[in-house]
Amino acid sequence: MTGDSAASAPGRTGARPERPVGRKSAGSRWARILEGGLLQGGVQGSPVLRLLLRWVRRPLLPVMRLWRRNIQLKVVATTLLMSLGVVLLLGFVVIGQVRNGLLDAKVKASQSQATGGFAAAKQRADEAAAGTADDGTTVDDRSEQNVTSWMSDLVSSLSSGGQGAFEVVTLPASTGSDTGGRGRRASGDVDPTASVPEALRERIDSATGAFQSYTRIVYQPSAQKDSQPALVIGKQVNDPNGDPYQLYYLFPLSQEEKSLSLVKGTLATAGLFVVVLLGAIAWLVVRQVVTPVRMAAGIAERLSAGRLQERMKVTGEDDIARLGEAFNKMAQNLQLKIQQLEDLSRMQRRFVSDVSHELRTPLTTVRMAADVIHEAREDFDPVTARSAELLTDQLDRFESLLADLLEISRFDAGAAALEAEPIDLREVVRRVVTGAEPLAERKGTRIRILGDQQPIVAEADARRVERVLRNLVVNAVEHGEGRDVVVKLAAAGGAVAVAVRDYGVGLKPGEATRVFSRFWRADPARARTTGGTGLGLSIALEDARLHGGWLQAWGEPGGGSQFRLTLPRTADEPLRGSPIPLEPKDSRRNRGLNDAGLPRGGGEKAATVPAQPTGDQVTPMTSRDPIAPRGTAVPKADPTALPGNGARVVPRPASTARRQDDAPGAEGPPSEETGRAEESSKHGEASRGR
Amino acid sequence: MMAFMKGRVLVVDDDTALAEMLGIVLRGEGFEPSFVADGDKALAAFREAKPDLVLLDLMLPGRDGIEVCRLIRAESGVPIVMLTAKSDTVDVVVGLESGADDYIVKPFKPKELVARIRARLRRSEEPAPEQLAIGDLVIDVAGHSVKRDGQSIALTPLEFDLLVALARKPWQVFTREVLLEQVWGYRHAADTRLVNVHVQRLRSKVEKDPERPEIVVTVRGVGYKAGPS
Repeated sequence: MTGDSAASAPGRTGARPERPVGRKSAGSRWARILEGGLLQGGVQGSPVLRLLLRWVRRPLLPVMRLWRRNIQLKVVATTLLMSLGVVLLLGFVVIGQVRNGLLDAKVKASQSQATGGFAAAKQRADEAAAGTADDGTTVDDRSEQNVTSWMSDLVSSLSSGGQGAFEVVTLPASTGSDTGGRGRRASGDVDPTASVPEALRERIDSATGAFQSYTRIVYQPSAQKDSQPALVIGKQVNDPNGDPYQLYYLFPLSQEEKSLSLVKGTLATAGLFVVVLLGAIAWLVVRQVVTPVRMAAGIAERLSAGRLQERMKVTGEDDIARLGEAFNKMAQNLQLKIQQLEDLSRMQRRFVSDVSHELRTPLTTVRMAADVIHEAREDFDPVTARSAELLTDQLDRFESLLADLLEISRFDAGAAALEAEPIDLREVVRRVVTGAEPLAERKGTRIRILGDQQPIVAEADARRVERVLRNLVVNAVEHGEGRDVVVKLAAAGGAVAVAVRDYGVGLKPGEATRVFSRFWRADPARARTTGGTGLGLSIALEDARLHGGWLQAWGEPGGGSQFRLTLPRTADEPLRGSPIPLEPKDSRRNRGLNDAGLPRGGGEKAATVPAQPTGDQVTPMTSRDPIAPRGTAVPKADPTALPGNGARVVPRPASTARRQDDAPGAEGPPSEETGRAEESSKHGEASRGR
Repeated sequence: MMAFMKGRVLVVDDDTALAEMLGIVLRGEGFEPSFVADGDKALAAFREAKPDLVLLDLMLPGRDGIEVCRLIRAESGVPIVMLTAKSDTVDVVVGLESGADDYIVKPFKPKELVARIRARLRRSEEPAPEQLAIGDLVIDVAGHSVKRDGQSIALTPLEFDLLVALARKPWQVFTREVLLEQVWGYRHAADTRLVNVHVQRLRSKVEKDPERPEIVVTVRGVGYKAGPS
C-alpha cells in the first residue's frame, strides 16, 4: 500500500497519443483521406517516417483546419478549380479549331502554288532540253555550266513569283551525284539543308509525288533573320539533262502564327477573367448563404451558452429567411421551456428550503423539550426512560437529515459559496481521524495515515473538505469490518488528493457510481441499524464539485473500497489528473487474485462519480467503466495516475440515493465523539463547523 | 459561580412554544427570562426589563430581528445573541453587522444555548484592576472604559473584550480561531465571520481612520494584532 503513493504529474505524458489529430467528423472525404493517409501517419511501423510525416503535417495543419472549417473557402476554391479546368479545355478546343482553319487555307493555297511551280520547273527543263538538242552541242560539254546557271535562274525566277510569300530551295537528289550544278540553292538567304527536314528528303527520294511537311525556315547567318515556322512542299524534278533534283517550296507560316498567338492571348485573358469572375461570383453567392448560416451558428452558440434571448435577424421570405424564422421559433420555444423548468425548479427549491426553515422552529422546541425529558430520565420508569432515549436519538437523526436536506437544496439552488484559502490537508485529515477514533475503537479498526511527511497545501474550504473527509473516513470505518482503514495523502502537478481505503465488504458492480446518489442504499433489505441521512456522499460530491475537484469511488466485492478526493491546488485551476490512482495497488485485480471465483470485467471495479462529463478514457479502467463518458473529452491525465475518468465539473446526480447501507456519523449507541462529529456535519451548513 | 451566572435574559421570539421552552430551560439554568413576541414591542420591553442579555429571533412580526437588534444596540451594549433558522452568509453577516454579538442556528441543543449565554455573561467574572495601552488608547479593564486623550469611547462588552484580548498581548498575532476561543468562548473552530464583522465594528469606533487601521492591525493570511503603542 505504501508503494502506490508514487504519483506522477498528471496530464503530461499520457495525453498525447489519445488526442485526435483533427476532428474526424468534420471535413470532406478528401480531408479525411489526407488526414488518414498523409496526416494521420498511416504508416505504423517506421518511426522515422512518422516523424517525417509529423514534420510535414505540422505546417499544413492550420491550412487543413481552415479548409475543414470554412465552407466559403471550399466553395470558392472548388469553383475556381473547376472553372479553370473548363476554361482550359475550352481554350484548347478553340485554339485547335482556329489553328486547323488557318492552316487548312494556307495548305491549300500553298499546294496549288507549289504544283504550279513544279509544273513550271518541269516545263522550263523540257524547254531547255529541247533548246540544247537544237543547238547540237554536246551535252557533256555544256551541261555543267548550263545546268548550274539554269538552276540559279530557275530558283530566282520561281521565287520571284511570291515576294516573301514563299521561298524556293533546290537540293540534289541523294541518288544523283552531288555536283555543283545541281547543288543547293535557295532564294532569300534561306539555309537550304537546315530548312528542309531530313525525313522529307528521304520520302521525296523514295517516291515521285509531291510531299509536304512542317518545318522551320533557317536563314543564313549573314542574313541575321530569325527562323520561322513554315510549310514545305517538295518534289523530285528533272533538270534539262534529265537528272533528278529536288525542288522545295517553303511557305512561311509566321502570319498564321501571329494570328494564332493573338487568339491564344485573347482566349487566355478572357479565360483568366472568367475564372476570376466566377470565383468572385461564387464567393458572393456563397456568402449570401453562408452569412446567415454563420449567424445562426453564432446565435446557436450563444443560446447554448445561456443567452436565451438571442434571435436571428430575418429579412425577406426566401429559404434563408425561413431558416431564420424556424430558428427563432425554436429558440423561443426553448426559452419558454427552459424558463418554465427554471421557474419550476426554483419554486421547488424554495419550497424545500422554506420547509426546512419552517421545520426548524418547532424542531428546536421539540429538541429542547426532549433534552429536558432526557435529562430527567433517571426519575422515570424504564419504559418511559427508554422512550426518552429513543426520542433524543431519533431527534438527532432527524436534525442531521434536515441539515443535509437543507445543504443539498442549497447546492441545488446554486447558493453554495466556496470560501477557499490555503489549507494544509494534513491538519484536516488529522482532525477528521481524531474525530473518528472513538468510533474506530468500538469497531476495532485502526486508522493509518500515509503520505503526511510534507505539507499538502491546497486552496480549499476547510469546512467543506473536512466534511467530505469525515464522511469518507466514517464510512470506511463503518464498512471496514474491523480491518484497517488507510488514509493516504499525495500532491502532484496541480492537484492534491486524499484517498480513503477500507478492506470491508466493498462495492458490487456498478455501485461505485451509485454510492453518490441521494438516499441510495446498497442493500434496501438491510436494516437501518446505523444512522445517517443517506445524503452524506451526495453532499460530499457537491462539495468536491464546488472546489472544481473530483470525488470518486472504487470498490470490489469483498475486496474493500477506496474513495478518492482530488482537489486542484489553486481554486481556479482545472484538474488534469489525480496524484493517487483510483484503484489501489493492492486491489485483487492488481494482485492477480481476480480468479478467486470473482467475475472480472463488467463495471464492478471501475468507479466514477455519477456522470462525469469528461470522457478521457486513458487506461484499461475505462473499458469497464459502467458510465459512458458524456460530452467532450478534455483533460487528460497520466494513465498511471488516473485509472478512472475524472471530471472537473460533475453534473448533478439527478436521482436520489445513498452510499451502501448507511451514512457517516451516526449509528446505534452513539458515543460522545460520534455525536459530536455528527452534530458538526449537521451544523455544517450553519458554517459554524465544529 | 451560579450567582455570577444569574442574569436576566430577554427572549424576543414570536413562537410561543419555543419561547416557553426557552423559558423552561433558562429557568432551569438559573436565569431570569422575560418574554416579548412582537418586534414593535421589543424595545419597550427591553427598556423595562433591563436584561443582561437578549435572545433575539431574526424573523419576527412587526419589526424584524435585524431592526430590533439595531435599535437595542443604539442605546445599549448589552450582549445580543441571535436565533436564526437561516445560516446563509448574508443573513448572518447582516445580523452581526446590525450589532449582534453571536448567533445560534436552530435547531440547537439546550446545552449549546446555555453555553453561549454563559460565554456572553462570563465577562462579569473578571474584575481585576488592570491598565492597558494599545496605540494611543488607554484601557481600564476593571472600569470597562477606553479612552483616547481623556475622551471616552463607548464599546459594547464584546468589542471591549476583543480589544482587551489584543491589547494584553501586543506582541502576539491572534488567528481568528484563537480570538473565537478567547472572546466568544468557542472551544473548536467556528464561524470566523464573527471575528471579521466585529473587528470591523470595533475599528469603526476606535480607529481614527477605519480604512487605515492603527489599533487593530490585520496580519495578512494570519489574523489580527494590536497596533504599536
